[in-house]
Amino acid sequence: MLLGGVAAGMVLFIVSVGLSVTMGLMGFVNLAHGGFAMIGGYAIALAMKHWGFAFLPALLFGFVVTAAASAVLERLLYSQLYRASELDQVLFTIGLVFMMIASVTVLVGPENQPLMLPAFLRGQINLGITQYRTYSVFLIAVGILIVSGLWLAFERTRTGAQIRAAVDNRRMAESLGINIGLLFTLTFAFGSGMAALGGGLGAEFLGLDPQYALKYLVYFLIVVAVGGLGRVTGVFYAALLIGVLDFALKKYVPQGGTAFIYAFTILLLLWRPQGLFGTKVT
Amino acid sequence: MTPSESRWADHPAALALARRHRPRAWEPIPWVLALAFFFAFPKYLGFGTELLITILFAISLDLVLGYAGIVTLGQAAFFGAGAYTVGILAKRGIWNEPITGLILAAVVAAAIGLGSGLVLLRTGGLTLLMLTLCTMALLEEAANLAHDYTGGFDGLDSLPIAPLLGRFEFNPLYPTTQYLYVLAVLFVCFVFVRTLVYSPFGQSLTGIRENTLRMHAVGAPVRRRLVTCYTLSAAIAGIAGGIWAQANAYVNLGTLGLDRAATVLIILVLGGYGRLYGAFVGAVAYMALSHFLSKLYPTAWQLGLGFMLVVIALFARNGILGIAELGAHWLRRPRPMP
Repeated sequence: MLLGGVAAGMVLFIVSVGLSVTMGLMGFVNLAHGGFAMIGGYAIALAMKHWGFAFLPALLFGFVVTAAASAVLERLLYSQLYRASELDQVLFTIGLVFMMIASVTVLVGPENQPLMLPAFLRGQINLGITQYRTYSVFLIAVGILIVSGLWLAFERTRTGAQIRAAVDNRRMAESLGINIGLLFTLTFAFGSGMAALGGGLGAEFLGLDPQYALKYLVYFLIVVAVGGLGRVTGVFYAALLIGVLDFALKKYVPQGGTAFIYAFTILLLLWRPQGLFGTKVT
Repeated sequence: MTPSESRWADHPAALALARRHRPRAWEPIPWVLALAFFFAFPKYLGFGTELLITILFAISLDLVLGYAGIVTLGQAAFFGAGAYTVGILAKRGIWNEPITGLILAAVVAAAIGLGSGLVLLRTGGLTLLMLTLCTMALLEEAANLAHDYTGGFDGLDSLPIAPLLGRFEFNPLYPTTQYLYVLAVLFVCFVFVRTLVYSPFGQSLTGIRENTLRMHAVGAPVRRRLVTCYTLSAAIAGIAGGIWAQANAYVNLGTLGLDRAATVLIILVLGGYGRLYGAFVGAVAYMALSHFLSKLYPTAWQLGLGFMLVVIALFARNGILGIAELGAHWLRRPRPMP
């Protein structure tokens, strides 16, 4: 029962983690992140429908395409606005989202894109204690795999240490000779790739249409704000929390469930403006 | 030159400061144009009314965003609060006199602005952005839930609004009364905002926007000023929402949505924020473009709008008026003698 919420939380985590790290690293308010998830979802859906990709290679394809596209955008455009005001960043990324939505509508069409799951992910699976939807179990497994991988990469590798250093104190990290520009391009591309993965994995229950980029943006932002900026584990717990809450509320209080999430976020941010797991910014 | 000014006659900077608030020669132009529109395009008065309301709403945003530098994505919360105040009072037959209805709308919106401002303005940056967004989403959900009062998703339609001053009927099909009424309200609100931004209070808002730390250091009550500004701006947005509900005789959830908040932000930035007439220029440019383009090529319109935003953020941060100012500056620059 709870598993559905956990599975949704995993998708939220996969999409939001890139947003959290880029916001924490560069303080960039990237409202186009949902757009990258949407583009990735489309790349995956189209690769399967028209170019005969299987599900897993299509996921990889979506990741690579979106990461490459976002790296180009980052170098050409985003990097111009790192020192700009929040307002300029907000405007720029809203503009980008509009352009993404319009291009996708023109190129693919405004209708919902169905994503065919492969046979081995359909149906029910016997978990010993109970039967459950295979796909939800698959999502949870993938989510756990990704969070452990990211945690290891973040805590145990050199690049991870550099990212953590840059999130905590950017100027100090720079003076230690860390190449922040390169680091950010890499993280940004990786984060967008993860968003693409999430867009594809979540398409089964979030749907996939041009409005995706704006429809779920508030959710992604809430997860990041609740989890704290630049914290992989924080985003993970926040995504689980929001995913399970949302699932349970939609089930038991079909009316007004969303209002509760907003109220919860407001109260939480008033209590801890830096998020549940963020460290205090001075 | 008044006697007090003559003392500063040899201090150009002081003189400029003392004269800053004076009306410029070109300032009546927008108002004359608005009146001319009334006589020239009687068929487009509905569009004109919508345009004037949008200008009023954009001015309210300019006060918080352009002058006080509070980046908010939730300004539509106050627009919707005003609209629903007028809508619910009229639908239930409690109050349908237009002018006092607007005052009530302003009071309700200001109360919400004060309440949320007191808590939200403790934060800044991304947290503040998220909080304004969540407050608006929360109000929207609340309006959706309380459908006994608000009509839920369908909203309230055919609101019985009493004739203006007891004499002039509101007619949705031929909105002459609405147009002049909205124009008058816009003028009153504009004069208020203009006086406000040139007052010492307005000056201190600009100071807070430019350097909050320094304003703290000189002893300005920064948070109180911000909350006051937020509340006043909420009241004006409430008036805009209330008058929108009166002119269209209906309210729906769209008045509280992110779409409306984003649109007004785009309009203000397009015209140039932190400038009194930015809202006018932006609203005219945006509404004219969207009115004619969005019906013909909806997708191309969205693509073009996105492209325009990207260009503004990258190259023209002060919008159309900023470009015009640059142009005027360039024309007036001293030229080398040949």
